[in-house]
Amino acid sequence: MTPPELSTVEKSAAETTAENLTIADKREIIKEVLEAYPEKAAKKRDKHLNVYEEGKSDCGVKSNIKSLPGVMTTRGCAYAGAKGVVWGPVKDMIHLSHGPVGCGYYSWSGRRNYYIGTTGVDTFGTMQFTSDYQERDIVFGGDKKLAKLLAEMDQLFPLVKGITIESECPVGLIGDDIEAVAKKSAKELGKPVIPVRCEGFRGVSQSLGHHIANDTVRDWAFPIADKKAKEGSLNFEPTPYDVAVIGDYNIGGDAWSSRILLEEMGLRVVTQFSGDGTWNEVLLTTQVKMNLIHCYRSMNYICRHMEETYGIPWMEFNFFGPTHIAESLRAIAARFDEKIQAGAERVIAKYQAQSDAVLAKYRPRLEGKTVMLMVGGLRPRHVIPAFKDLGMQVIGTGYEFGHNDDYKRTAEYVEDGTIIYDDVSGHEFEEFAKNLKPDLIAAGIKEKYVFQKMALPFRQMHSWDYSGPYHGYDGFAIFARDMDLALNSPTWGLIKKPWQQVEAAV
Amino acid sequence: MTEQIRQIAFYGKGGIGKSTTSQNTIAGMAELGQRVMIVGCDPKADSTRLMLHSKAQTTILHLAAERGAVEDLELEEVLLTGYRDVRCVESGGPEPGVGCAGRGIITAINFLEENGAYEDLDFVSYDVLGDVVCGGFAMPIREGKAQEIYIVTSGEMMAMYAANNIARGVLKYAHSGGVRLGGLICNSRKCDRELELIETLAQRLNTQMLHFVPRDNIVQHAELRRMTVIEYAPDSQQAEEYRTLANKIIGNTNLTIPTPISMDELEDLLVEFGILGGEEEYQKAIQSGTKAPATV
Repeated sequence: MTPPELSTVEKSAAETTAENLTIADKREIIKEVLEAYPEKAAKKRDKHLNVYEEGKSDCGVKSNIKSLPGVMTTRGCAYAGAKGVVWGPVKDMIHLSHGPVGCGYYSWSGRRNYYIGTTGVDTFGTMQFTSDYQERDIVFGGDKKLAKLLAEMDQLFPLVKGITIESECPVGLIGDDIEAVAKKSAKELGKPVIPVRCEGFRGVSQSLGHHIANDTVRDWAFPIADKKAKEGSLNFEPTPYDVAVIGDYNIGGDAWSSRILLEEMGLRVVTQFSGDGTWNEVLLTTQVKMNLIHCYRSMNYICRHMEETYGIPWMEFNFFGPTHIAESLRAIAARFDEKIQAGAERVIAKYQAQSDAVLAKYRPRLEGKTVMLMVGGLRPRHVIPAFKDLGMQVIGTGYEFGHNDDYKRTAEYVEDGTIIYDDVSGHEFEEFAKNLKPDLIAAGIKEKYVFQKMALPFRQMHSWDYSGPYHGYDGFAIFARDMDLALNSPTWGLIKKPWQQVEAAV
Repeated sequence: MTEQIRQIAFYGKGGIGKSTTSQNTIAGMAELGQRVMIVGCDPKADSTRLMLHSKAQTTILHLAAERGAVEDLELEEVLLTGYRDVRCVESGGPEPGVGCAGRGIITAINFLEENGAYEDLDFVSYDVLGDVVCGGFAMPIREGKAQEIYIVTSGEMMAMYAANNIARGVLKYAHSGGVRLGGLICNSRKCDRELELIETLAQRLNTQMLHFVPRDNIVQHAELRRMTVIEYAPDSQQAEEYRTLANKIIGNTNLTIPTPISMDELEDLLVEFGILGGEEEYQKAIQSGTKAPATV
């Protein structure tokens, strides 16, 4: 592959790029972008956009507010958050899309939560179950049908460890009593049945679905763990080094490339919650010494609950890019004894050569390239160090469904002059890209083709573009390769970016 | 759907006597040679029992649930013929406390339309339960359905409150669907100054009191025999009253867009008629720990 000539040509053309824009220039860009909106909409959106200034403790944007009608938002719904994110990856349970067939069908295999197991026998990750509501179920209520299909699922898949019921919008509208059905069926089947009231019309984004799912873990799963612990039937022998990995959904194997590092430093990973996790692991989370949380947004609620109820401390970590991996390993180790601390140093040293080789190979090809990010729960901040390690600069970032505490945490990661956009609309994102002229856009499937048609290199940051893992040292090698593939593909030299066409015409 | 069919609907507070009044009136209309179909829009499915002399007919939704879907039904299975060839159909619906009765009505009416139930008729009459609580119960007053709404009420406060609410529902669809208010029917409860009160309410709502149906125990006697008064006691004074009402509906051209009033205005009206005490009296009653002078 011999692409870099092209990119040097690009840079030499005297274009205005993010590097030579001042903060005032960027504020002017935000103003211009907002001009396309009606006055009221512009006023509202203005609060979600900002330019980060060095030293501030917050990104200075409003968040977790209802999207404006009429704009293209990338947000999902509560059902997506509860089923797709939190409960869905628990592999030995069946997660029922309860309602009309569409929600289940179109979310089928939407996330690449890798798992080990025999699908259809003891694991059900890539299968899709729905109650397929018909008119009759709406008019007469669907509780009887639900009870019947819970029994059928147990009969067809006798190794299933439990069932969660994720309710879709109509179930909430007609007032079906899924809690009563769940209780009755759980007794009859002798297995946990967990009703999750995640109707899509609730809340402003998928974020509420995460919270609702966390609450069902608290109210329906942990009481079972407590009871078993009391009876002594958890069959768990604790060690001082028991940890749970929380909020890693094992996209493309992320949790696996994280887990090995923790194990190599001497910790015992009892639970992966929920990527490649099991029902038993959900229960055992209540027994660990420390909760290590990767996606803070989707699982902080249950970690706080465990801290209050079981006295289990929790800490956030970041396994993107060797710099932050090392920092995180040391921070985790600091919470344990010298044996673990020595283990962390050993792990860091062990992977040093591997990381150096990755950097030696890719950094020269990626150095100085700029990136605009827009992702979901943690990645708008967590992946920034991985780009930095490769010599790349993130010039804009934002969350689909972040809250204020996410933007506070983001302030530690971003540089002076980074544009921050919350729940960015299609129009805003496109206009920012045209003005800031990044070398790479890293967002989701909904944005991908818009930007690729603008001749901009693009990587999906939700699914890793069907690649991965990106977590851990092994993941970083793949991350670096993928960014190089995207940026330095000779394809991009064959078409002109929109602003280059304009400049050529002038 | 042929254009000359007049589609009417009876609305009113639950228990006010909608089904009784509508069936008696329709019996009167049938006597006069009108071809009428009754569409019962109430999960209780009691809108046609006086016509069919039976407890309750097989409903569209009940049969659809048994068969699997509404598409599996034939019209003949649910469309029965009663007194003087009045055609009777009931939407049916879920038992209380489950499912969505409103969606049921929408499903049932769509079924009737798609299967050509609206043919060779002079009148289609919808009998809808209680208040317009959700979109489903407003289905009969949306575009292409009932154009004339008759509100059955009495001089009791809550019946009038419901009547006013229904007028609001009619107003909502008046401009999009062309629905109009045909008038109030006072089904007397022998309240104080009931006639004047309902006439005044009708005026406030920009409509008319179409008829004052006096209270007569003979209605009860007929009902126990699953009959309308017109069939049970054709020569009675009460049968005459229903015939008069039937005639008034057939000849009614006074269709209006209602002007619903606020709750305060409604209460003022009751005060005006000496039924409710004024604010002072109310405060006094509250302070002395007793209830305000009630209407009933």
